[in-house]
Amino acid sequence: MKKKIYLDYAATTPVSSEVFKAMKPYFSHDYGNPSEPHSWGQKTRAAIDKAREQVAVFLGAQPQEIIFTSGATEAINLAHKGLVESRKKADFLPHIITSSIEHKAVLETCLHLEKLKMAEVTYLPVNENGLVQIVDLEKAIKLNTILVSIIYVNNETGVIQPIAEIGEKLKKINIERQVLGQSKVYFHTDATQAIQYFNCQVDSLGVDCLSLSGHKFYAPKGVGVLYLRKGISLTRQQDGGGQEYRLRAGTENVPFIVALGQALEIVGKQNPEINKVMEKLRDQLIAGVLQIKSTQLIGAGAKRSPHIASFLIDGAEGEAMLLLLSEKGIAVSSGSACTSGLLEPSHVLRAMGILPEKAHGSLRFSLGNQTKEEEIKEVIKVLPEVISSLRRMAPDLSDFKLK
Amino acid sequence: MTISQLYSKKVLEHVKKPRNIGEIKNPDGMATVGNPVCGDVMRLFLKVEKKDGQEYIKNVKFQTLGCGAAIATSSMITTLVKGKTLEEAEKISNQAVAEALGGLPPVKMHCSVLAAEALQKAIANYRQTKKK
Repeated sequence: MKKKIYLDYAATTPVSSEVFKAMKPYFSHDYGNPSEPHSWGQKTRAAIDKAREQVAVFLGAQPQEIIFTSGATEAINLAHKGLVESRKKADFLPHIITSSIEHKAVLETCLHLEKLKMAEVTYLPVNENGLVQIVDLEKAIKLNTILVSIIYVNNETGVIQPIAEIGEKLKKINIERQVLGQSKVYFHTDATQAIQYFNCQVDSLGVDCLSLSGHKFYAPKGVGVLYLRKGISLTRQQDGGGQEYRLRAGTENVPFIVALGQALEIVGKQNPEINKVMEKLRDQLIAGVLQIKSTQLIGAGAKRSPHIASFLIDGAEGEAMLLLLSEKGIAVSSGSACTSGLLEPSHVLRAMGILPEKAHGSLRFSLGNQTKEEEIKEVIKVLPEVISSLRRMAPDLSDFKLK
Repeated sequence: MTISQLYSKKVLEHVKKPRNIGEIKNPDGMATVGNPVCGDVMRLFLKVEKKDGQEYIKNVKFQTLGCGAAIATSSMITTLVKGKTLEEAEKISNQAVAEALGGLPPVKMHCSVLAAEALQKAIANYRQTKKK
């Protein structure tokens, strides 16, 4: 059987052997509840402390600013809902500014807050390259704005937002607001896709909250982090015991927390050259795909992460391409309606002004630390036939009139 | 969710090797359903033959732009109606198409509706052109 080719690292990554080794003892050997003062508990408490330190070092933060969660989705829910709940008053409706290309974790959280009349939300548009415009952001700020939440690297397109620039801008705005006695505007970024490739030091980004997820960088699924800058009050969303500085109740998931700490330490130590190596592979893939007639790179005019390349393929539907590639042992992803389970084409592509009939033909490749040049070459060899077989199957729509 | 949980083996088989793809020149009946904005467009062509006072579907072909379920349901419906009388063919429901494929995930049932609609409309188109 032919070797399988996994190009869906933006969806999830395998747990690395080093990380797996680090977490293993905490299942059946060192299993004490870290809240207990006996030696079993002390051992796992120490393990969590170490992981918290590892995360803090990676983010350039203090250990007490690190909250372990079940993933980025929970971290995002906690940051947005927690901030809003702690500030909402009978005569004060908090305002959130976010973008129209956020992950569903942010968008659905904001919609939920709107529905409950807990907050009002502005969804910033993006340009055709998927970039948020800072002028739009500035204009959207109001007296009651408490939070700006912008994704660092978009998961569908790989387009990088100018997080440090936004952080800088908000710093200036907050100085003015302080003089005028207005409330501070906090800054959250969903850094889920950025961790391995970009600077995530919270001070140089100027962020107050940052969410991340372990399974995007070779730790297991089911563990994440919310970085919350010291001094920011937040109402916890999961009630119970006093774990995680009383901000996230529930017995800590020790092995997974250990794994996340270990995985982040590995990312922190990795050679910065790996970005260049991956970029080269990605560019090879892009060049190969664009050889195929009527294809287009999404977000071509913006700076993009080295691990993601997304395309629009005319005359072939995304899920059908995905299935045929899967038959050939290649795993990719698509933003087509049919892969979403919601029958709506990707909101990210739609926000970029891509028409739905085009968005149905989207295909995302995402690279990881195991990706090899031979694999890219194989994909470039296989893809044209997959696309042309689907195009041959499709009706000629040149005379088709939309009703 | 792995693909096999999402789609039955039969569906994947039809996606990989769809039956009766293509176009019939000068068809007796033809219909296009769906819409590129929604992501699925199906076009069905019929060739009808009269034998012993009955009208049979002598040949049927399809063209589809769409997801796996759209391809599989259109492919399956062509195999179900080939050689059938128009009356028999008309009775084929979207559920019958889905069942013949070993079931479809709930969110994909609309694809079988689209396939059944294409068949109904192609037959209606045949009857209408015959009247003229």
